[in-house]
Amino acid sequence: MKLAILGAGDVGRSVADLADEYGHEVVALADSTSATVDPGGIAVDDVLERKVGGEPLGAGDPEDVFDTTYDVLVEATPTTLGDAEPGFTHVKRALEADRHVVLANKGPVAERYEDLRALEAESAGSIRFEATVGGAIPVLSTVEDCTPQAVTAVRGVLNGTANFILTRMAAEGLDYEHVLAEAQDLGVAEADPTFDVDGTDAALKFVILANVLADGGFALEDATVKGIQDIPGSALDLAAEDGRTIRLIGEATRDGVRVGPRLVPENGALAVTGTRNIVQIETRNAGSLHSSGRGAGGPETATAVLSDVGRLPPL
Amino acid sequence: MGDAPVDEDEPDAETDGGLRAYTVRLELVDEPGELLRALAPIADNGGNLLSIHHERGNITPRGHIPVEVDLECPPDRFDDVVGGLRDAGVNIIQAGAEHYGEEVNVVLVGHLVETDLSDTLSRIEDEADAAVLDLSLAAPDGTDGVASARARLAIDSGRSEEALTAIRSIGTDKELTVVEPLLGGDA
Repeated sequence: MKLAILGAGDVGRSVADLADEYGHEVVALADSTSATVDPGGIAVDDVLERKVGGEPLGAGDPEDVFDTTYDVLVEATPTTLGDAEPGFTHVKRALEADRHVVLANKGPVAERYEDLRALEAESAGSIRFEATVGGAIPVLSTVEDCTPQAVTAVRGVLNGTANFILTRMAAEGLDYEHVLAEAQDLGVAEADPTFDVDGTDAALKFVILANVLADGGFALEDATVKGIQDIPGSALDLAAEDGRTIRLIGEATRDGVRVGPRLVPENGALAVTGTRNIVQIETRNAGSLHSSGRGAGGPETATAVLSDVGRLPPL
Repeated sequence: MGDAPVDEDEPDAETDGGLRAYTVRLELVDEPGELLRALAPIADNGGNLLSIHHERGNITPRGHIPVEVDLECPPDRFDDVVGGLRDAGVNIIQAGAEHYGEEVNVVLVGHLVETDLSDTLSRIEDEADAAVLDLSLAAPDGTDGVASARARLAIDSGRSEEALTAIRSIGTDKELTVVEPLLGGDA
């Protein structure tokens, strides 16, 4: 397939870098200010080198991407809330041109799911968004394989930063502020970690899951969300007295979305450590399925994008 | 490392040494020493007393005093406890029918002492219809700082979700963070 990639952050760059290995060709790569477009395939290595060196990606304008011939638009621009722009408009333009769209951007899928599905229904193209939930872990494709109707709930840990902080607090008996500073030094937490520690990032992923389970109906404002900022080290100590620990757990069902710090058995499946993610998919007829792995990172998330590309029907 | 023991994840598995909470309703003659005499068979048969609700001033139709005793013991010892009470001539109004069938832990975080911890616990008992089996408190920053408390609660079978909803709203009222257990699935 011919890929046009919007967004040149970790994920967009990794998709460009790995596309060839998965048998696809990159015909356009754009960030918010510039683009490189070549219907015969762009020279990915050169373009990425320019980006890393702080130069523009190319001489083109980001608008040029939509004028080229591509099969799949990869939407990997940063997640925005509310109207989820400009991501939503990018998806709209591609679908209106009867192209496929693969999203790594959570915004449109969490905030405007019904709008996306309505556009898809009018288009010859389809949308897929495995990369928006749990990075490399095949969460949505597993739900799809079980058929969403037979999945009763999805629970789990889908934010590595919060999980890293809670793991370190429990293991070292340290307080939140201390571990957060350490996580920032290690590059695990961003300079502004608000979205991760207040539960918003996890909530967006569980909102997407609820949308898939219920075929729409949810946005971030429908989720009950609590973060981990108020959890002192002493709470983890007390939990450990009873063989339990605290994790930032999300739950998505057809009835709603809830994210918050919860007690889980210390040696249970959901008590993953470090930046690892896990989901538990509860099914009506087959018990619970667990999938664990790396929930973030450029190459990890790019594999989810490229798997989606591989699942698309020919146009 | 091999696979984790499978039964650890079973929702019905007893992970606390196999103790269960029971409630026994007794009626006692209003005489000195009667309460002590009634409690001895419980301890003698391996029961652990959790709470005693001695309703003085509330007389049963036969002119006796009702007493409600919460205890925990291994399920196979409960018949011995009841037998011991009968042998001691204590009149049992209700036993065997388990009142509390489930145990859950919650961790409360916040200004627990300033917001009157004992009031919080009584509200949990009343509004969530739960028995507080034990409590650990950690207040590393002193009584006016942020503290954490873990409460082990006994709740009627099948009512955990309702009880936790009630506890959540008590937490909201008192500006406490309630860290609930994850129910459902095989978490």
